[in-house]
Amino acid sequence: MATTAEHFQAHDDAAHHDHDHKPAFFARWFMSTNHKDIGTLYLIFAIFAGIIGGAFSGMMRLELAAPGIQYLDTFARWFGEANPSFDQSLHMWNVLITAHGLIMVFFMVMPAIIGGFGNWFVPLMIGAPDMAFPRMNNISFWLTVAGFCSLMLSAFVPGGTGIGAGIGWTAYAPLSTYGATGPSVDFAIFSLHLAGAASIMGAINFITTIFNMRAPGMTLHKMPLFVWSVLVTAFLLLLALPVLAAAITMLITDRNFGTTFFDPAGGGDPVLYQHLFWFFGHPEVYIMILPGFGIISQIVSTFSKKPVFGYLGMAYAMVAIGVVGFVVWAHHMYTTGMSVNTKLYFTLATMVIAVPTGIKIFSWIATMWGGSIEFKSPLVWAMGFIFLFTVGGVTGVVLANGGVDDVLHDTYYVVAHFHYVLSLGAVTALFAGFYYWFPKMSGRMHSEFLSHLHFWVFFVGVNTIFFPQHFLGLQGMPRRYPDYTEAYAYWNEISSIGYVIMASSLVIWFVNIIYAYTMGKKAEDNYWGEGATTLEWTLSSPPPFHQFETLPVIEDKGHH
Amino acid sequence: MAVLTLPKDPNARTGMLALLGAAAMLALGFASVPLYRIFCQVTGFGGTTMRATEAEASAVKVTNKLISVRFDANVDRQLPWQFAMEQTTQELRIGSRKMAYYSAKNLADQPVTGIASFNVEPELAGKYFHKIQCFCFNEQTLQPGQSVNMPVIYYVDPKILEDPETKDIEQITLSYTFHKAANQPVKALDPALAAR
Repeated sequence: MATTAEHFQAHDDAAHHDHDHKPAFFARWFMSTNHKDIGTLYLIFAIFAGIIGGAFSGMMRLELAAPGIQYLDTFARWFGEANPSFDQSLHMWNVLITAHGLIMVFFMVMPAIIGGFGNWFVPLMIGAPDMAFPRMNNISFWLTVAGFCSLMLSAFVPGGTGIGAGIGWTAYAPLSTYGATGPSVDFAIFSLHLAGAASIMGAINFITTIFNMRAPGMTLHKMPLFVWSVLVTAFLLLLALPVLAAAITMLITDRNFGTTFFDPAGGGDPVLYQHLFWFFGHPEVYIMILPGFGIISQIVSTFSKKPVFGYLGMAYAMVAIGVVGFVVWAHHMYTTGMSVNTKLYFTLATMVIAVPTGIKIFSWIATMWGGSIEFKSPLVWAMGFIFLFTVGGVTGVVLANGGVDDVLHDTYYVVAHFHYVLSLGAVTALFAGFYYWFPKMSGRMHSEFLSHLHFWVFFVGVNTIFFPQHFLGLQGMPRRYPDYTEAYAYWNEISSIGYVIMASSLVIWFVNIIYAYTMGKKAEDNYWGEGATTLEWTLSSPPPFHQFETLPVIEDKGHH
Repeated sequence: MAVLTLPKDPNARTGMLALLGAAAMLALGFASVPLYRIFCQVTGFGGTTMRATEAEASAVKVTNKLISVRFDANVDRQLPWQFAMEQTTQELRIGSRKMAYYSAKNLADQPVTGIASFNVEPELAGKYFHKIQCFCFNEQTLQPGQSVNMPVIYYVDPKILEDPETKDIEQITLSYTFHKAANQPVKALDPALAAR
């Protein structure tokens, strides 16, 4: 094996003697082993999936804009239900919430923030020529695409009551076992297998790259915080996703092969599925947000022209969040009949996470404090992130209380909470990272005016969508229903107006990308100036196809 | 015995270790099924009742405090049986043993084997609710049209009075659901239900 691999390596070197030789189109983009090309593919894929997932949320907000059922039968017809019954129309709602959740989590945020920015910038920031296992990197990407296709396919085949998988992103048994017959649910579950396998391979790749391929002199305690965040995320992926894989494999066998892991008739317990799912699911939410923390740290430091405040505290806060994130899962299950003492533990452990998270928030503010701040678009997005994430964090502390959660469980308060940290938090971090690095990746400058405009319209839009949902939740509106009483109409209408504002901000974003590629100035190597100190700024924009053939040496300057 | 040797190449080595970590978590995911069952049996989690021997039951001290037990019976829609409790509630001294009856009737024209699942509500009482004898310990086979009375002998452990979370419980509901035992071809009463 080893000789064969070395043989190919040697051959490869000869063929690529010319520094910036790129393969032809098909070989470059479909058989890619280049971390930057794969990163680009991930970003394009995430934008594509995000548009679909976002369209689904638009359909949901349209239906929820007014009380009553208005559009679901039309939607059901779009997916091939010739003459939908009322139940089949309602089933369409379940399909929409399921698809929206799964797409946004597994095929938008994760591919963008880990696959996209992680692939692009981890090797650049640690001074490595590429990822440790470039071909496995390629497999990861295409498995993610295959998973997405499987999920899309599930929307067009029977799933029990109607067309499509209506099992929620959590796929709780027994709804996902004997509650939904038909191949649709199998396709949806299989898509999670594929995306999960892709992410585990990606995690192995990142761990190996970060541990073994740092440039000489770059100790772990000198790594940029974005690399730290991806390292912690990779460990979370590595340890959490196999548990999901086990749980959903048991769902598949319960569905198709007569096992009774989650069926009381054969001695199983559906609550076990919830434990397994949330043992994965809670680390999963940190998987989505931690790389965002890393991006924000880079940006805040760059535009304050200061090293980040409390570097080690910032790094180990992420480690702490990752570790504690594994022992709080049952706060998603307070209403399954836990004892007071169990609730006490999970409440306490959950609230403990506010401490390292607080360290991060305050350290970002302390980095800006006394800094020579330039309000370039990435910093404006980053400050938006800090604000929105803090709002989501505060409602998280509220929901962490076992007693309070008995009231708020499965209401729109929960929906508002997790959209503030994810839809507003993670996505805002994604846009911050996009404007920070887009010229580095493309070689073209975007319009700062459009970037600021994009931010303000987006900021107003998402807050208009989700802030009223706190009120709806506190008034008792349950989530996962397509209809509601007249009492909830006012804030639902405003929430739907917010969606339109948010969607129009995306138009500004696309115009900005078109502007960059048509009229944008050529980007310099380090277009953000003296504050940008990490290794990617020592390279051209875009960086050469193969970089760091001579490894950079990191001087010991006493501190980061 | 084969000895696991890690590859020499540092990347392959780290990658292999990481893969082992993922494989271990996958194994843990599947191992959680028996682990969870044992955890429930030991701690009474989720209202799992305890099982006691004659000897253990006679060693329990009978108290003067009364507690009420309510009975509940359910049938899985795939099982063509009638299943009901013979009494709605019973009152007994905590620590004393009591016998309750359920009745079952096979409505199908063929022998059917069923098995009962069980728990108590409030779930926290599970670890103090002991059964000495129960029809739910074994599968039950009923001939066509046969009806039987099925006993359960139980007691409530006086330790329930020492636990601050359970000492105020005045009534425990004992609930059974009869399911069709695995691997037997049974025509359900209603063909629509058989298609589950």
